[in-house]
Amino acid sequence: MKHLLKKIISGLFLLLLINPVIAQTDIDGVMMEKGAFCVGPMYGHSSWKNYWEGTLKRDNANLGTVSTTMYNIMGNYGITNKLNVLFGLPYVKTKASAGQLKGMKGIQDLSLWIKWKAYSKKIGQGRLSLFAIGGYSLPSSDYTSDFLPMSIGLESKNISVRGMVDYQRGSLFATVSGAYIRRSNIEIDRTAYYTTEMHYSNKVEMPDAASFNVRAGYRNKGAYAELVLDNWTTLGGFDITRNNMPFPSNKMNATRIGFNGKYPMPFIPQLSVVGNVFTTIAGRNLGQINSFGAGLFYVLDLSKKEKKDTKTL
Amino acid sequence: MKKRYILPALFAFVLASSCSKDITERNMEFPALQPASLDINAGIWKPILITGPTEFPVPAPIATSSPDYVLQINEIKSFQANMTSTEKNAVKYWSAGAVLRWNEIMRELVAKHNVAPVNNPDGTYPIPSAANPLAYPLFPFANPPYAARAYAYLAAAQYDALVAAWHYKKLYNRAAPYQVDATVNCLIPKSDLPSYPSEDAVVEGAAVEILKLLFPGDQQFIQQKAEEHKRARLIAGANVRSELEAGEALGKSIAQKFVTRARGDRAGATAGNQTLWTQLETDCIIRGEIPWISQESPKRPPMLPAFGKVNPWLFDSLTMVTTIRPAAPPSTSSQQFKDELAEIYNYSIKPTREQIRIAHFWADGVSTYTPPGHWNAVACEDFVKQNFSEVKWARNMGLLNMSLMDAAISCWDAKSFYFNPRPSQMDPRIKTITGLPNFPAYISGHSTFSAAAATILGHIIPARVADYTAMAKEASLSRLYGAIHYRSDCEKGLETGNKVGAYAIARARTDGAE
Repeated sequence: MKHLLKKIISGLFLLLLINPVIAQTDIDGVMMEKGAFCVGPMYGHSSWKNYWEGTLKRDNANLGTVSTTMYNIMGNYGITNKLNVLFGLPYVKTKASAGQLKGMKGIQDLSLWIKWKAYSKKIGQGRLSLFAIGGYSLPSSDYTSDFLPMSIGLESKNISVRGMVDYQRGSLFATVSGAYIRRSNIEIDRTAYYTTEMHYSNKVEMPDAASFNVRAGYRNKGAYAELVLDNWTTLGGFDITRNNMPFPSNKMNATRIGFNGKYPMPFIPQLSVVGNVFTTIAGRNLGQINSFGAGLFYVLDLSKKEKKDTKTL
Repeated sequence: MKKRYILPALFAFVLASSCSKDITERNMEFPALQPASLDINAGIWKPILITGPTEFPVPAPIATSSPDYVLQINEIKSFQANMTSTEKNAVKYWSAGAVLRWNEIMRELVAKHNVAPVNNPDGTYPIPSAANPLAYPLFPFANPPYAARAYAYLAAAQYDALVAAWHYKKLYNRAAPYQVDATVNCLIPKSDLPSYPSEDAVVEGAAVEILKLLFPGDQQFIQQKAEEHKRARLIAGANVRSELEAGEALGKSIAQKFVTRARGDRAGATAGNQTLWTQLETDCIIRGEIPWISQESPKRPPMLPAFGKVNPWLFDSLTMVTTIRPAAPPSTSSQQFKDELAEIYNYSIKPTREQIRIAHFWADGVSTYTPPGHWNAVACEDFVKQNFSEVKWARNMGLLNMSLMDAAISCWDAKSFYFNPRPSQMDPRIKTITGLPNFPAYISGHSTFSAAAATILGHIIPARVADYTAMAKEASLSRLYGAIHYRSDCEKGLETGNKVGAYAIARARTDGAE
């Protein structure tokens, strides 16, 4: 047992994503079977010391290291073998290690996804699957977006449409996906603000965004270990000018690489441990974030008929 | 769920994505100016700097029967025949009022420039240079005192220029182009105000000169606005070119008088130097108090510590020291100070959402038009409902902005004189809900600005007195909620601002406009 724990802990990596890139278990090629409900808590920690002011990389002695702690409840339910719904609801807390700015905390955005395995066919010795994923997220508390970098979120309601291709051969797989994220305007506590020009409104137009994700690795019997390359590009927005403060409608871009893994417990296969680590390799108007996270998922069988096989995520 | 539902559902996502995100901005909804009164005798209103309305003579206009005038009428006609939608929008935009729009332009420039320079690698801070405005650090750093001064010079110069313009309007009594020639369309509300010299060009000319001094790196933007403004007046059929030229020349000449005042108002030396910064600290220690220390890293010199020495508009510097400067703040070793500090600590621990909202609503910090700009925005949004003439607009904006600049001077005088530390310096557990300003606490700038503005605005629009007072009070409290000021800073700030505002009311009662 000790050996196993060690193994689990050493394999703990987590999925915590950054603002504005939200947690995304929807992006993988794994489906829940009909009637199965997988749910569990996740913990995440991310921090940055350096950040990109526009394209200029710098640090800031008046912020020190800005860290975000996230407690997330995530779930995935199989409506059918080919149609899943997923949700995530994080509590987020921010803190700066230097300077005077007070951190913020609160329940952030509720995310919902519908994931549809539209097509699956054996090709050669492997299997090719195509997915379509629709997502929606909205703030679940009246938090303040206009206090970056201490804000816990950006407050926009997001609609996303993602297309995904997954190919698995034996225990090896690769998944590629791309999404368009439509972001709603937000309302801030001020009646006027400056972007690259003056605006007399409390409404802020949020540029849409695109997300690309590539992941590949080992996947077998509910366990997986994968390398992930992830990009978030804001389609519009403006740069933080020299020594200025960030603003929700900035052009926030980030490219991250990371490792993500899931391991079902040998004697309780309904229970899985997940973990990940990520680092940011390129960015714009965002912190150079390093993150790690860990979580537990438990699979409940909500279908009426008995099933022989144990379901796992 | 069947497959046939899935595709329409995804399609709906995409469809929802095509909705418009356009935002209607309040200032684009302002109606065209239709003055309730022409204020035809405004030529005798009391000016601020000029000796009288004829100090800068305006020659008589050319006869409407002259070939040159006919050419100018034809110019309007050709513009009107080939009007683009951009030009149509420009006519609508500028029709809301010249003083209003140039005040907005300055607010935009202030917001653009309201960012403190980043430190040098050796931990010192560069000082923006007016001689080299486009090199980093960009000139100016339009912080609240700088902005207050900028708004004041703009408004005051426009007021004097319009008083002179009104004198010549009455004298020459030139009818508008659409009255001279019935085939000229008038695209804005018609007016019986004589159109020579053009009041819009007077305002524009004065603005260009003042902005040239205060935002020297933004000339292209300013010139483009000026050209658009003049062209909009031609296209609207409101002025012929010679009326614009005479107005612009008058505005520029009178603005020069204000530029001369600005060059000599001691604002150039307000940043101080190490000797002054050390002296303020030492003086405070000699009085037995704990001096303010910058909480920035690396430590930044206090913002414009000698701004209290700048020449005020509504009273002289000596009057300010003897009758406006507030009494000393509670001693840093007193029980009252400890109690006030504890109060701020409590605000900082668990701010309510409403307190955060108020702190952010009034913060007007980095990259904003500053608190004086906020009160200009408040004033303008109320003034558009009052149907003031341009000269009345300028007079009221002048009173407001002279109050705001004098509030800045009085407030900064107290800040440097007492050099009182911020709450987070005295209790490092205090974290702030808004940006911590880099200058001493006593007295609160937001409170001083807000009370001064609320006082004079309440005189201009008496029906709104209670609202303005409540707004000033909320702006003042926002600094407690933000955990950056003690209660004494806010209360004495309001008192000081009220005193400044009272001087503006005294001027308003005697300037001939009421």
